[in-house]
Amino acid sequence: MSVATDPRWPREHYLSEGFRLRDWLLTTDHKRIAWLYLASITAFFFLGGTAALLIRLELITPPGDLVSADTYNQLFSLHGIVMVWFFLIPSIPATLGNFLIPMMVGARDLAFPRLNLLSWYIYTLGGLFTLAAVIGGGVDTGWTFYTPYSTMFSNSAVIAAAAGVFIVGFSSILTGLNFIVTTHKMRAPGLSWFRLPLFVWANYATSLIMVLATPVLSSVLMLIVVERLLGIGIFDPALGGDPLLFQHLFWFYSHPAVYIMILPGMGVVSEIIACFSRKPVFGYHGMVISIMSIAVFGFIVWGHHMFVAGQSIYAGIMFSFFTFLVALPSAIKTFNWTATLYKGRITFTAPMIYALSFVGLFTIGGLTGIILASIAIDVHVHDTYFVTAHFHYIMVGGMVTGYLGGLHFWWPKMTGRMYSELWSKVAALALFIGFNLTFFPQFILGYLGMPRRYHEYPVDFQVLNVMSSLGAGVLAIGYLLPLFYLFWSLRFGPAAGGNPWRAKGLEWWTDSPPTKHNFHRIPRVTESAYAYDPTAE
Amino acid sequence: MSSETSALPDYLPEVSKGLTLMPEQASAMAGRIDTLYIALVVICGLLTVVVFALIAVLGYRYRANSRANRESQSSEHTHRRVELGVLAIMLVIFMGLFGWASSLYLDMFRGPSAAMTINVIGKQWMWKVQHPDGTREINTIHVPVDETINLRVTSQDVIHSFYLPAFRLKRDVLPGSYREVWFTADNPGVYRLFCAEYCGSYHAQMRGKIVVMEQADYQQWLTRQGESEAPAVSGAQLFQSYGCSGCHMGKTGIQAPSLAGVFGRAVPLAGGATMIADEAYLHDSIVQPQKHVVAGFDPIMPSYSGQISEGEILQIIAYIKSLEPLDWKTNPSQNPTQGEAQP
Repeated sequence: MSVATDPRWPREHYLSEGFRLRDWLLTTDHKRIAWLYLASITAFFFLGGTAALLIRLELITPPGDLVSADTYNQLFSLHGIVMVWFFLIPSIPATLGNFLIPMMVGARDLAFPRLNLLSWYIYTLGGLFTLAAVIGGGVDTGWTFYTPYSTMFSNSAVIAAAAGVFIVGFSSILTGLNFIVTTHKMRAPGLSWFRLPLFVWANYATSLIMVLATPVLSSVLMLIVVERLLGIGIFDPALGGDPLLFQHLFWFYSHPAVYIMILPGMGVVSEIIACFSRKPVFGYHGMVISIMSIAVFGFIVWGHHMFVAGQSIYAGIMFSFFTFLVALPSAIKTFNWTATLYKGRITFTAPMIYALSFVGLFTIGGLTGIILASIAIDVHVHDTYFVTAHFHYIMVGGMVTGYLGGLHFWWPKMTGRMYSELWSKVAALALFIGFNLTFFPQFILGYLGMPRRYHEYPVDFQVLNVMSSLGAGVLAIGYLLPLFYLFWSLRFGPAAGGNPWRAKGLEWWTDSPPTKHNFHRIPRVTESAYAYDPTAE
Repeated sequence: MSSETSALPDYLPEVSKGLTLMPEQASAMAGRIDTLYIALVVICGLLTVVVFALIAVLGYRYRANSRANRESQSSEHTHRRVELGVLAIMLVIFMGLFGWASSLYLDMFRGPSAAMTINVIGKQWMWKVQHPDGTREINTIHVPVDETINLRVTSQDVIHSFYLPAFRLKRDVLPGSYREVWFTADNPGVYRLFCAEYCGSYHAQMRGKIVVMEQADYQQWLTRQGESEAPAVSGAQLFQSYGCSGCHMGKTGIQAPSLAGVFGRAVPLAGGATMIADEAYLHDSIVQPQKHVVAGFDPIMPSYSGQISEGEILQIIAYIKSLEPLDWKTNPSQNPTQGEAQP
């Protein structure tokens, strides 16, 4: 049945509000801006993914034979810079968050719609600028820009790349501000703080981190530019600077940034698991407290990136201690997601498979984080593939899986269409299997001592590297499949109706696709979040 | 000394080992780290299995079309009690692991006193090694078994990381500062040396090996290396050729502090502080002379940064350490025209 004749297809909705290019590029509708972001980050994701694939192809054989050492170094730098700043950090907040937060709080738009559009322009222009610098200039510093390599020994495209990341930082800050104000000031009548969906809480906490931590990154990138252009000694010991200072400042931002990259995923997963268990999230208040304490504690653990870098050993022990503490709220969250299943009424839709994959992979990522926090072990595995595997379990196994789960969960809301159930489940399973095959062997490689960022390696590491590269192939299928069936659904998918999952959030109260201002009438909230009843059929 | 340009791909024979799940152990410390690691893997593995099993069992039992009992849902109050229980259990586990790992970490860093100190300099993209008797090597370190060896590591250019997987030992190597690493090898053999911190184009080729030898073999190896000039002797020549002696030696002693017997002594600095003249202090005073100016002297010494290699600095330091306090007795504080320096 064509959607045109389907009674559930709304006659007017935000997608039918003009089809010209300027209707998109000059829109202030948060839903359309979410699509702009979706298009940009998808492009960046596949660019960064291609770099990853080339890296895995190179590592199939021990000698460096596919690409030159310099090309290899540029590839992992490109992969890291693109994936961290142009995919992971904006991923869920700028797309799903942008689309859903106003709807979830029962508002007609974000607090500052034009600022929202400006954020996208800053992001996209900054992104393209950085890309030009990184690819055109051959930046080979890795995404961490460690000094003095980046300031004195690497080529000067580093300045342009750092400037690009600096620009993109403002996009994060503005988006964060927008979300904070919206959450504080624009909640619908009856929607008290403790009735907010956890997705809103997670994005709220993320926004706080963005606003507080990003300026530190901006400052440190400026200092790099100052050192390179003016030769003022800040980080370079030859000029009287201190290279460790860079690492302190860099990780003061970049560790909280890890929580920018995982908290929104946690929010998505809480929504999905509650919906497909037909049950309120286990321990809602505990979840809120966990989210907020992760955001706060995340600021005092940066030194665990520097256990062998030369900070005081007693500082190292304190950072190890705080790192164990920051793991506690994550442990509570994992337990609560699992406990939500208890006495639920569970359906294994594609979003649910993604969400449960998230819980499993995040558990492995989190617990290997405990192994790394055990400071004596970190001395051995620091800067090896053990660390690479650990953070990919969080960033990819966690955040990317959560992002795809969210995309599948809210796709019917965003487009008004359903996608192929079978293919979506195949893609979700391919992701879980491919991911584990890619990254689990890297834990073993790391403990055996294979360092990161190696273009070539001793022969006895080959078996595990080949396994990892094979897994990357399966993983690539898991990422490419949604591209096809989601595009297909845009034209051929059956109409979804306002609430295909019988879910509870305010965003499901309106049409799919929603009307231009989200609601025909502002909703009045009378119940807590996740008022599901598992005893009902 | 061999040429500094050779960092070619096939420079080193691979230290080939078979596929295993755990790397080999070359020291007692490696065994202690592995014990902790295995305990961690078991604990984390069990927790992971619990989570996966719960998801599988609950997912099956409460699937949508099952007839499982879903009545009497627990209250928010119960949730809180369960959460606190989980929190308490995890806290106990985590604190136990934290205590274990931290005490091991302290042992790794605060080692016994060493039999000898070997200097290691990281440089794009090679490891240069200086033995106490002046013997030099590149990308290979020969050490005797069962002796506590101290390595003093530093970098000539960017940050490198000195990594011996078989010893579970790693230190980032920073330009402009000395880091000490100790180990006691208890098993003769050849083990890998990696650079673990990304350092530019040929980072992956900055590899080497450490050769642990029986005491007798080691002595033989040393003699086979032939007579090397002791670092203090080379240092004395450098002290002349870099012009250090012009100001720092001789009877004038007005422009610059005498260095005789300075090593290990407390040095009064301009501004009132004092500092122990250790290796790091002497290193800084050569490349950043303005950093710690000795009380009573004008900061007129030019920086040698970029003009002298880290290896040469180590030799000059060896020379300064060898100087007896009696050689040139000139105490700047006796000079009435200078400030009020305290001995």
